[in-house]
Amino acid sequence: MIAMQAGFANPVDDAQAAFRAVLDAIARPGRLAHFAAPAELPPGLGRAAAALALTLVDMDTAVWLSPACAPSADWLRFHCSARVAASPSAARFAFANAAECPPLANFDLGTNEYPDQSTTLVLEVPSLASGGSLALRGPGIETVEHVGIAGLPAGFWGQRDMLHELFPRGLDVVFVAGDVALALPRTTRVEG
Amino acid sequence: MIEGYNFAYLDEQTKRMIRRALLKAVAIPGYQVPFASREMPLPYGWGTGGIQVTAAIVGRSDVLKVIDQGADDTTNAVSIRRLFANTTDVATTERTQDATIIQTRHRIPETPLREGQIMVFQVPIPEPLRWLEPREAETRRMHAHADYSVMHVKLYEDVARYGHIATGYDYPVVVDGRYLMKPSPIPKFDNPKLDRSPALMLFGAGREKRIYAVPPYTAVRSLDFEDHPFRIEKWDESCALCGATDSFLDEIVVDDRNKRMFVCSDSDYCQTRRAHGHGPATDSQEAAE
Repeated sequence: MIAMQAGFANPVDDAQAAFRAVLDAIARPGRLAHFAAPAELPPGLGRAAAALALTLVDMDTAVWLSPACAPSADWLRFHCSARVAASPSAARFAFANAAECPPLANFDLGTNEYPDQSTTLVLEVPSLASGGSLALRGPGIETVEHVGIAGLPAGFWGQRDMLHELFPRGLDVVFVAGDVALALPRTTRVEG
Repeated sequence: MIEGYNFAYLDEQTKRMIRRALLKAVAIPGYQVPFASREMPLPYGWGTGGIQVTAAIVGRSDVLKVIDQGADDTTNAVSIRRLFANTTDVATTERTQDATIIQTRHRIPETPLREGQIMVFQVPIPEPLRWLEPREAETRRMHAHADYSVMHVKLYEDVARYGHIATGYDYPVVVDGRYLMKPSPIPKFDNPKLDRSPALMLFGAGREKRIYAVPPYTAVRSLDFEDHPFRIEKWDESCALCGATDSFLDEIVVDDRNKRMFVCSDSDYCQTRRAHGHGPATDSQEAAE
């Protein structure tokens, strides 16, 4: 008998609260979003990542997991009825640890006709902070927003810059660190 | 509150599908995301797209305002407000500044919106190129290539035929310099309120099964020409009830002798002004006689 961690204690309200948190995070890149539920965490996912999975993932969305996140597969199958994809390019949602992040171009970037078909990458990093050395500009930001994102692999920003040329194709990334999240949709320009 | 329905009417599976569409819509400003629009307890054309968007975002701590042509007390607004009162028990308001979610048909309130507020627009036809190109495969390709010349030609033909751009509502805009977007049938008077608004703007088209969005602080430019710049409507009259000269005025025929009056379309704005002691300008009363 394998013990399975619980999902949301209150599926309707907890999912609504988590959705509004991530909606606000994507609408206002660089703002930190906080997640209070679920109380129990599956192996391999932090609280923010687990909340996003319970809120957005179901039988219609294949999920790719990096090795550090892979222990959550049974939990995802049980609570979300999610299929686990064999490769990043086959996934609508990808959960990855920053140190294991595959090249960004390996994810599904959508097509010019249907850019919404792209993967949403949920990337677990050691820490997130507002007021860091990265300067964000673009839709959702009044002038400039400063954030700090720790622990990203070398070349991450260079790869992301390359994707800008492909717009409207692109990759939307939600960085998560434990209970907090910060989103960089494909439109956000990053300097520094 | 009516028993037997899920919170906010829609089932959780449907909400997840709409929520995924909303996140991509915000991430790609102005792009129309297809979604599996559901049957709603109101007919198509009564704002089923906006209702589904509101149902997917609303939570117990939200304060909901619903307007139809600027007014809180018209049939469509009352029906939708009652639907959500019956299925969510959330607080409702008529005051723009108290609302966290404002669902609207055909207007943006006159009171400036603030950060944290969400506007939900009811959209009949989401595709700005639809009357110029009926084929979905073609309009999708035109959006993919940002090939919007056909819209410029249409506006030019307006200028050639009428001497000005003869589009008063649903005036086409370009979002963040990329996607051509229909702002829903708001008067062009409201277009400048979309530009770099601190509020999040969500658009739902139920019959056409599309969701799109404008994030806060995003450039929204109304199409025009250098020698025919975009201009909003102006009135010689002021509101016959509150005297406002800066709000969108509805012309109302008051008898069968062609007597007319002009009043604010935004009922909350008009009432708030009257509560603060504003009244009709004396010359506008004479004009109404």
